[in-house]
Amino acid sequence: MKLNNLFIRSIAVVTEKNIRIYYTKAPVIIFGLLFPLFIFLAFYLGREVDLRSFFPGLLAMSLFFTASSVGPLITPWEKQAGTYERLLSFPVSVNTIILGDIAAGMIFGLTINMVVLVTGLVFFNYAAHFVTLVLAMIVASFCFSSLGVLLASPSVRSPSHIMMFSSLIRFPLIFISGVLIPLEKLTGAGRFLAYFSPVTYLVDLFNSALVQKSYLPVPLSWSILIVFGLIFLFLSRKLHQRNLLKGL
Amino acid sequence: MESENHIIQAKEITKMFGQKIAVDRVSFYVKKGEIFSFLGPNGAGKTTTIRMLTALLVPDNGQIVIDGIDISKHPVQAKLRIGVIPETSNIYADLTARQNITLSGRFYGLAGKKLKAKIDELLDKLGLYNHRDDTVKTFSKGMKQKLNIASSIIHDPPILFLDEPTSGLDIQSQRLIRAIIKDMNAGGTTVFLTTHNIEEANLLCERICIINNGRIAAVDTPEKLKRTFQKTQSVEIALRSQVSGQVFAHQQLVERIEKLGDKWKLYTADPDKLIKHLVSLAKEQNLTITSLQTCSASLEDAFLELTKDRSYAGSEIK
Repeated sequence: MKLNNLFIRSIAVVTEKNIRIYYTKAPVIIFGLLFPLFIFLAFYLGREVDLRSFFPGLLAMSLFFTASSVGPLITPWEKQAGTYERLLSFPVSVNTIILGDIAAGMIFGLTINMVVLVTGLVFFNYAAHFVTLVLAMIVASFCFSSLGVLLASPSVRSPSHIMMFSSLIRFPLIFISGVLIPLEKLTGAGRFLAYFSPVTYLVDLFNSALVQKSYLPVPLSWSILIVFGLIFLFLSRKLHQRNLLKGL
Repeated sequence: MESENHIIQAKEITKMFGQKIAVDRVSFYVKKGEIFSFLGPNGAGKTTTIRMLTALLVPDNGQIVIDGIDISKHPVQAKLRIGVIPETSNIYADLTARQNITLSGRFYGLAGKKLKAKIDELLDKLGLYNHRDDTVKTFSKGMKQKLNIASSIIHDPPILFLDEPTSGLDIQSQRLIRAIIKDMNAGGTTVFLTTHNIEEANLLCERICIINNGRIAAVDTPEKLKRTFQKTQSVEIALRSQVSGQVFAHQQLVERIEKLGDKWKLYTADPDKLIKHLVSLAKEQNLTITSLQTCSASLEDAFLELTKDRSYAGSEIK
């Protein structure tokens, strides 16, 4: 059996396992679907917000929460359930497991947000640039899902601890980004902080694709999202390898 | 130690956790087709060793060769040749029995009708066929362990590692699992078993490696290990009336006295002389002997001696 085939097949098996088991877990539903909905409602209700211009930010926030909600759950859940050592005993490497986890987060994020996107396109009648839109969703879901997997790397067995920890990281990334307040309206420290959130660059890409208005150069946003994703992937690999058997 | 017949070779493997040496320069081999047991008290280094042999842990020093493959250089290829039942492992409770085994099979490249037929065969053999579409969360501990084994042998591995496979199971499940191990071995699978159940090792294994404090105390066949400790033979005696153990005290003949239910076990270097002494003692004190028998050293005696940090003068010594 060729090793490349084995590697790709094992990623597919890990992904399928994650889809079957973790998509319906309560923490994924709560942190991935309900939280962005409630944040949107908290921001929208009682205020005069132009939904058409706010939609790119809403879509970015939704993709961020959904794609990054699966990854933090998998490893601590498996360590607690006692299935992680069995998974490691299969002909897989840490890379295989991490990429399978990332793929599961990406598919979750993309599936849910395709529905959100289609709804937005139907209601707001955008003259959308579809290639940019779809590519931005794919690159961003990889980036956010990698962040989710990175957040699962601390050596704890309790999924609830990791989900709390992941909220501690994910919420500030939303608040400092240009989701709630457009980047051009942010000033001083607010704008400076916004550059540290990967969500900022996705909002700008969605603005470019949907309303043909972006604050940053599009190639720059692409590059920064990809760099964020690769950094998250690299750190995930390092930390998961280091904490592999801790908490078993 | 080099031989084509050695399917597992561990050469001077060492593993440290911080300042603590968990496994200290351990070397041994396992012959193709053998059932080999790693026996030791809790914390002796059994699980650390099996985790190194199955590529979950990387040794700090030394080399491990599995079926001709250096495991530190090619861990994934080595894993394709083994089946592992880890001690703390579990199967996925949210999946059904069939889904769990399918998942395992797919990791090894099995698919389609061949996989389905193999799964049905295994489920039938293990008495789980009627529960094939039930989620594992409804299974008993014994059923889960059977499924755990089925998931580990779906690809017919030439080597099977089992870490405490019968721990915490009822007698029927223990027997079934031992029967499966024997069956697999009869079909040519090499079995590496860690256990702290001496009787299990005695019943199943061709050779036993006793590990203590991270070092190998002895490697030999169960009978040779027992024979090495012949000096710890004993005589069991039961009397009709209740007596104190002091009655049997004899400075030259009796080394130690133990009460076992309604019997007394007397450890001696010379069972023949002790029996003659006991018969004359009973006659003198008008005691009726209801049973009297000699007992050879058990594997348990050998194990206890070897794990007392004393050196062993057997045929394969560390």
